[in-house]
Amino acid sequence: MTARPGLELVCPAGTPAALRGAVEAGAHAIYCGFNDETNARNFPGLNFSRDEMAEAIKFAHGRGAKVLVALNTFPRAGAFWRWSKAVDDCARFGADAVILADLGLLEDSARRHPDLRLHLSVQAAAANADTINFYARAFGVKRVVLPRVLTVQEIAAINREIDVETEVFIFGGLCVMTEGRCSLSSYATGKSPNMNGACSPASHVEYREEGGYLMSRLGGFAIHRVAAGQPAPYPTLCKGVFEAGDYKGYVFEDPVSLDAAALIPQLAEAGVAALKIEGRQRSRAYTEAVVRNFRRALDDYAAGRPIAAGELRALTEGQQTTSGAYRKTWR
Amino acid sequence: MSRETPIPIFPAAGAAALRHLPLWPLALAAGRLAPSLVRRHEKMFARLGEQAEKTFLIDPADLPFVFVLSPRPDRPRLDTVRREAAGHWDARVAGPLAALIGLVHGAYDGDALFFSRDLVIEGDTEAVLALRNAIDNEEIDLAREASALLGPLETIATGPARRLAGALGRWTGVALTRGENGPLT
Repeated sequence: MTARPGLELVCPAGTPAALRGAVEAGAHAIYCGFNDETNARNFPGLNFSRDEMAEAIKFAHGRGAKVLVALNTFPRAGAFWRWSKAVDDCARFGADAVILADLGLLEDSARRHPDLRLHLSVQAAAANADTINFYARAFGVKRVVLPRVLTVQEIAAINREIDVETEVFIFGGLCVMTEGRCSLSSYATGKSPNMNGACSPASHVEYREEGGYLMSRLGGFAIHRVAAGQPAPYPTLCKGVFEAGDYKGYVFEDPVSLDAAALIPQLAEAGVAALKIEGRQRSRAYTEAVVRNFRRALDDYAAGRPIAAGELRALTEGQQTTSGAYRKTWR
Repeated sequence: MSRETPIPIFPAAGAAALRHLPLWPLALAAGRLAPSLVRRHEKMFARLGEQAEKTFLIDPADLPFVFVLSPRPDRPRLDTVRREAAGHWDARVAGPLAALIGLVHGAYDGDALFFSRDLVIEGDTEAVLALRNAIDNEEIDLAREASALLGPLETIATGPARRLAGALGRWTGVALTRGENGPLT
């Protein structure tokens, strides 16, 4: 039997406790960020102080796991130093890679830290081989996180034309837009994941029980009304219910989550190097459960055993899952 | 953690009985717990940041009383009051007692409970998120925290308290101590 390609499991951690949980559950690599606007999960009470990051990297390395630090927002004019300093700190702490999106920050990091491994964030929206080859040639990027808009066939086609690793999302929340190019949150709140690190920032979210319904408002706009007993979605505009002409419903996207466990063999055969679990905003309990489940799936795949899928539906937004764009069908 | 069994609900007869019993023993313990938590979990308050100035209504929906939490590092308070006497709050977190305890002990994921409507949040969402993340990172064990209230007896009380909480947890299906997740894992 031909040896099956090894896949790296890249897992989220919003807190040091979640990082420890991910390592103990079998993560090969953990991605996390500092507690400021330099990363796209800048939520209250979440993320790592400088001291916590240094300790976390030591902890992970001591157990054979890597730490990839996301610095994947786009620096504000006049505040570039904040992002540049964050890269310096990652290099100083011994991070295994930094995950970047901004061209200026990539250039700055490649020039000042030639030994620091650079990954291209999904926020850079690199969705074709030419773009990826440019990032590899210009900045020495070693891995690209692909946007969640590509089919397995498109991923395989890209991998045939590039010499860097690709990483794809395997489980968790979905974005309907190509990441890095979505401004829906800005329209309602003035803040976006691209610049401020938070889609639908909690400071602009309001939930209220009204007449037996759960009302969700973002920046004062009612975006969802859920009857008792129905699953509640995240308060993002893309998962809101709106009227458009005669249609009333989910105009952008149904509130479902990605679960591509069943596609692990196809993704491996398409040349993917790493599988990423979404969810730095989730708890340690979620992180541990999902990581353990996917580590078992990868071990099963490597050993030629059938992969169990669909066991994590209760943890997902909308309590429903989809294989997303990986397997596109007409409807 | 894939939740396959429903969250246990406090028996209605027990809740009805509690309606007529005095709250002061629980209020006394809760009142002593708040400053002890501040002392033992300093990092939690760094993570809370300015949200520590907010007032949280912790509402076990299957019980006839609520907890009013003011996690200010300089004068922390955890008051136990009848629901109708709760007064002002900035953020409300409501759900079955078992869900709230399970959240503290890492047996449940807060977002998953929100999606399934087992957990209701109202008011200041930013404050709720900060509190959730701060508690999650501290890996608090209420049996251990209760033992700490005994002062010098803590070291000999913690083991038995955790074993008792674990046994009760297995019997009731409630995650009464960290690592004793009962049917939830």
